[in-house]
Amino acid sequence: MAIRERKLGAATRDAYGEALVELGARDSRVVVLDSDLSKSTKTNGFAKKFPDRFLNVGIAEANMVSMAAGLATSGLVPFASSFASFLMCKTFDQLRMGVANPRANAKFVGSHGGISLGEDGASQMSVEDVALAVALPHFAVLIPADGVATRALTFTIGAHEGPVFMRTGRPKAPVIYAEGEAFPIGGSKLLQEGKDATIVANGLLVFEALQAADLAAEAGYSVGVLDCYSVKPLDEAAIARAAKASGALLVAEEHLTTGGLGAMVAQAAAKHHPVPIDFVGLDDKYGESGTPDALMKHFGFTAENLADRVKALIERKRAASGVLA
Amino acid sequence: MSQTAPRVDSPDELRQIAWTLRKDVITMIGQAKSGHPGGSLSAIDIITTLYYNVLKHDPKNPTWDKRDRFILSKGHGCPALYAVLGELGYFSKDLFGTLRQLGSPLQGHPELGKLAGVEASTGSLGQGLSIGVGMAEGARITGSGARVYVLTGDGELDEGQVWEAAMYAGAKGVDNLVAIVDVNRQQLDDTTDHILPLEPLADKWRAFRWHVVDVDGHDFRQILGAFAEASKTKGKPTVILARTTKGRGVSFMEDNLEWHGTAPSAEQIKAACEELEKELTPST
Repeated sequence: MAIRERKLGAATRDAYGEALVELGARDSRVVVLDSDLSKSTKTNGFAKKFPDRFLNVGIAEANMVSMAAGLATSGLVPFASSFASFLMCKTFDQLRMGVANPRANAKFVGSHGGISLGEDGASQMSVEDVALAVALPHFAVLIPADGVATRALTFTIGAHEGPVFMRTGRPKAPVIYAEGEAFPIGGSKLLQEGKDATIVANGLLVFEALQAADLAAEAGYSVGVLDCYSVKPLDEAAIARAAKASGALLVAEEHLTTGGLGAMVAQAAAKHHPVPIDFVGLDDKYGESGTPDALMKHFGFTAENLADRVKALIERKRAASGVLA
Repeated sequence: MSQTAPRVDSPDELRQIAWTLRKDVITMIGQAKSGHPGGSLSAIDIITTLYYNVLKHDPKNPTWDKRDRFILSKGHGCPALYAVLGELGYFSKDLFGTLRQLGSPLQGHPELGKLAGVEASTGSLGQGLSIGVGMAEGARITGSGARVYVLTGDGELDEGQVWEAAMYAGAKGVDNLVAIVDVNRQQLDDTTDHILPLEPLADKWRAFRWHVVDVDGHDFRQILGAFAEASKTKGKPTVILARTTKGRGVSFMEDNLEWHGTAPSAEQIKAACEELEKELTPST
């Protein structure tokens, strides 16, 4: 069986920026805020098209988030952006007080998610943003895998009533989905069914998981792939089905292995169908400078490493249940 | 300006209302056995003036989209806000006795969505002015004509976010925004002079491109004059530095750090209310 080909499409941040302009044309309630990073978060397209509905607050993320909370009480739908790290880490209390508790209809889109932003290093890398976001009651937390998913989710969150955090990425993302695919909040995409294990991933790791499944298939393992683009609410039914059908889960995320998708998946599996689970992510550490490719390899975010890890997980499962490989 | 709320123009009448409501503040904190009397009493004259004279609002339609907004950024002073809102009929005054009790809409610090008339969740200091800037920009974008008033503490100005908001509003000339600083010169641990001196406070705001009005925060003529001046100020946000006294109106609480966050006993409630009552009786 062949390893599927990597075809690069739009970076998720670019797809977001383009969709936001369309959303702004369609919905005059949409107001966009940025904290002097609009060229990087890609809200600059909206700024150009709708200058009266674009507020560049300067390098002041806390003020931006509380302003969004105020705008949301005026019948407007604010979309505030910065790098995911600054958006979550610098403003946690503002999100808690002004947005999460009163269920403000405000959207927060953090770019440069994970470590794949590359050379800028640890200060810019968000490896704890998901843990922080899922700790905010009432928030939906989303990480799209490609441009199509990002575009669809931008429209989804524009129509959704309530607070949302969505993470986008810096590098071009491999194409996974065809235009027209629907991405509801709380959903997931079972891209491939497996009998021996399922890789649960989001963001850039979804494509790595698909290639890892191909590699594992060459070695005789049947590995499924589930895209959990909605970390919260998590599609618990899909997790339960994957656990039941394949008997083991490998969670892969560009994030700490604590507090993010891995924790959410483990909790869901523990509740509904406990199976062996393993986690690929950053184990109690921060990112560092390097090219995106070098970093992805360094932290094990490659198809090859995921294939090795899922095979090891399957063998562990078999050993535990007394089944000979 | 107001829709169904009574509008009171007389400084003496405003004073009468505010001094009467002080009894509710003391009683509700005493009954709750916890709360912040000092900062409630320093702020209540400003809040009374806002709701009885300045704000365009409708207690019968608290979510009216063209209403002016008031944010109590120093959320711990909420007994003063609750007393005014209850008196105006935003909710039943019977609720005063439930302050800080499980299930009460009168939370220990104000929460948006729990009580009619509360416009923002506050209590984590430093955020109200930013929320107010968002509301003021929202009013500009929607064309609602709403004006936004934010009351902060002076100790609260230690928070860096206040100055982020001040810099934005000054730079963009957000002139439908008014900040009021309750300058009672005390914070929890000590006086503001001992923790982080704030003066020259007017210069600080002017440097951030705000129009500054400096008044006695217990003199109703001056408070009314300050709000009138703010309404006339175009192209700049206005800040009113209201020089106040913590615990104002209750002699044993006035300017006394001990009463930042201490509830009065039954005897102290009685003594305080009697003292306030005397002030209310017109001298012949």
